[in-house]
Amino acid sequence: MSDVHTDAPTRAEEVNARTAVDPAVEKILHATDSAHAEPGDVAIQNYTINFGPQHPAAHGVLRLVMELDGEIVERIDPHVGLLHRGTEKLIEYKTYAQAIPYFDRLDYCSPMCMEHSFVLAAEKLLDLEVPLRAQYLRVFCAELTRIKNHMLNLGSHVMDVGAMTPNLWLFELREDCMNFYERISGARMHANYFRVGGVHQDVPLKLLADIGDWLDTRLPRLFEDAISLVADNRIFKQRNVDIATVSRDDAIAWGFSGPMIRAAGVPWDLRKSQPYDVYDRMDFDVPVGTRGDCYDRFMVRVEEVRQSARIMRQCLNEMPEGPVATTDRKVAPPKRGEMKRSMEALIHHFKLYTEGYHVPAGEVYVATESPKGEFGVYLVSDGSNKPYRCKIRPTAFSHLQAMDFMSRGHMLADTTAILGAMDIVFGECDR
Amino acid sequence: MKAPAPAWASSLNEATMEAARATLGAALLDTIEIAGEVQLHVTRDGLVAAMTALRDTPGLEYQQLMEIAGVDYPSRAERFEVVYCLLSLTRNHRLHVHVGATEETPVPSVTGLWPVAGWLEREVYDLYGVLFAGNRDLRRILTDYGFRGHPFRKDFPLSGYVEMRYSEEQKRVVYEPVKLAQDFRSFDFESPWEGAEYVLPGDEKAALPEAKGAPTPLTATQVQKADAAQSAKAAPSAPSEPYAKKDAGSTAETGAGKPGPDGGEPKPADPDVLPGKSSGPAGGGTGGQNQ
Repeated sequence: MSDVHTDAPTRAEEVNARTAVDPAVEKILHATDSAHAEPGDVAIQNYTINFGPQHPAAHGVLRLVMELDGEIVERIDPHVGLLHRGTEKLIEYKTYAQAIPYFDRLDYCSPMCMEHSFVLAAEKLLDLEVPLRAQYLRVFCAELTRIKNHMLNLGSHVMDVGAMTPNLWLFELREDCMNFYERISGARMHANYFRVGGVHQDVPLKLLADIGDWLDTRLPRLFEDAISLVADNRIFKQRNVDIATVSRDDAIAWGFSGPMIRAAGVPWDLRKSQPYDVYDRMDFDVPVGTRGDCYDRFMVRVEEVRQSARIMRQCLNEMPEGPVATTDRKVAPPKRGEMKRSMEALIHHFKLYTEGYHVPAGEVYVATESPKGEFGVYLVSDGSNKPYRCKIRPTAFSHLQAMDFMSRGHMLADTTAILGAMDIVFGECDR
Repeated sequence: MKAPAPAWASSLNEATMEAARATLGAALLDTIEIAGEVQLHVTRDGLVAAMTALRDTPGLEYQQLMEIAGVDYPSRAERFEVVYCLLSLTRNHRLHVHVGATEETPVPSVTGLWPVAGWLEREVYDLYGVLFAGNRDLRRILTDYGFRGHPFRKDFPLSGYVEMRYSEEQKRVVYEPVKLAQDFRSFDFESPWEGAEYVLPGDEKAALPEAKGAPTPLTATQVQKADAAQSAKAAPSAPSEPYAKKDAGSTAETGAGKPGPDGGEPKPADPDVLPGKSSGPAGGGTGGQNQ
């Protein structure tokens, strides 16, 4: 007990020695001291930090202005538009065929799915029949794209919450997908493969055989291996389960789509409910989450990869022989060989690559199930060879807007998990 | 419809337009069906009430607002059109709600109905300059900080007015008026014969354009209807060789030769060539080296 008495003067000396310190800091330093008049909490001001636009976990050029209370997120104001290139305006100045490459550059992680909405919209205005093989090829490529997209997203989500290995393994699969892309279209990323009326060219038989082998051997082995590292991993679950829970009603009101709305428990998949191309012939399941948290979103995507592989196998089994683009020469150009022999074909080729085709006046909104959700194109045609207006509905816009209420009350470190589970790509968000 | 577009319940279009007329009342200016999609044109003042009715009335049930698109028609009295794309998850139906606006007349915000409208309205404001009354966060969203003008208006040039670069002297990013290294080129390949404002005599009789993709005075709706009427009459024939001639005898237009020996037809005998072992011309091949 005597020690207490001897201690007291030394503390007073300490306080005197610190009087040079800022009084505000002084107050905080001694907030919990017994000497302090009012024991208890001291008011600490919230502070604002800037996350991005150059941040590896921001998945592109996202700037988040975060208001933090200690490490708890109070408010998030996402600033987007840093990658705005005016795609929609550019498309108004291009013919329909010239607009397709712009779509590859929207969501550059799933290029062919972006093209899909646009060609379907133009075909709807034209009321154009598409050969069956072309429809199968488009569904086949769209599902390959879905796998390609999910390999990137699942991997980077896992990496955002601290695991390195699965990302590297999944990138290997993504590399395979890129190689298939190259063999299908000639380009590893910006395929420009879909056309109004079909696809650009037929695929070699060897490629289909190789993809079939890949689906049966390499994809399941590597993918299941990588997912087994995290799906039941305690750390991964601690970082994702019950993080950013979204109820069904919230998901609907905030315009969610794709894996985001399915994880919230709404069985809504445009491939099932509004089938386009030959999705109505495909047999696949729609995974649905139960809690609507980041872990559910992750697992919904994992199951989607398996279902995509299933759809691709069905395409391989059922794909008929035949033309890969409409034989209507006012829309699809003739083959090179035909042009050598037929004057009419030569004229068609010339007209298609200068003037392009005319799309009858009308307005349609066509949405497809891109890997990230509902990707829509609102196309206004005035009957000329260029779109009058081509509004692109990005998936990221509604998801990112919900970032504020989803991360409120969570820790700063959770924002990367939330962002990773949203699957956002800024090419598409900012257009 | 022939096109493989997403198959939502477009059979409900008629019923939806009926229900909308009954529910929305005076706020509804017009209901149109274009290319198989329903458009409801509503008044600006009645927009929020109409949207509430569309969302909450049983039988309409448009739970989701998927998109708000701005469109600029400079020739109209109200030059902007704001298009709301709604989706019903329960009825599997889509719908557009159109409302006109000018720079001075703000459109009431629907953020109270769908929180997602916040950013969508910001985007329309940013790109077209349409104001939304009641949106409490109407900042620019896609364009640069401090941007001036509304770039998606039809009178805004594609090249913009300013360009940006990093200045080595000033050690910062500077904005300057756009300097193009060559004149801006706008390619117009539309045929002068086909872009005419008038309809050539006789064209109005055609139920369908000459072919898909050819210029036509018809709208997408008329094309779809004509297609449907046609396919009801005759089953679509198998796709034929695109340049196959109707009468195989005539080669006048293509200049193609008659089918050769591969075609199965007997070859006309050449009086100058003695019948030998080889059935073809000299060399035994079926043609010259150039083929």
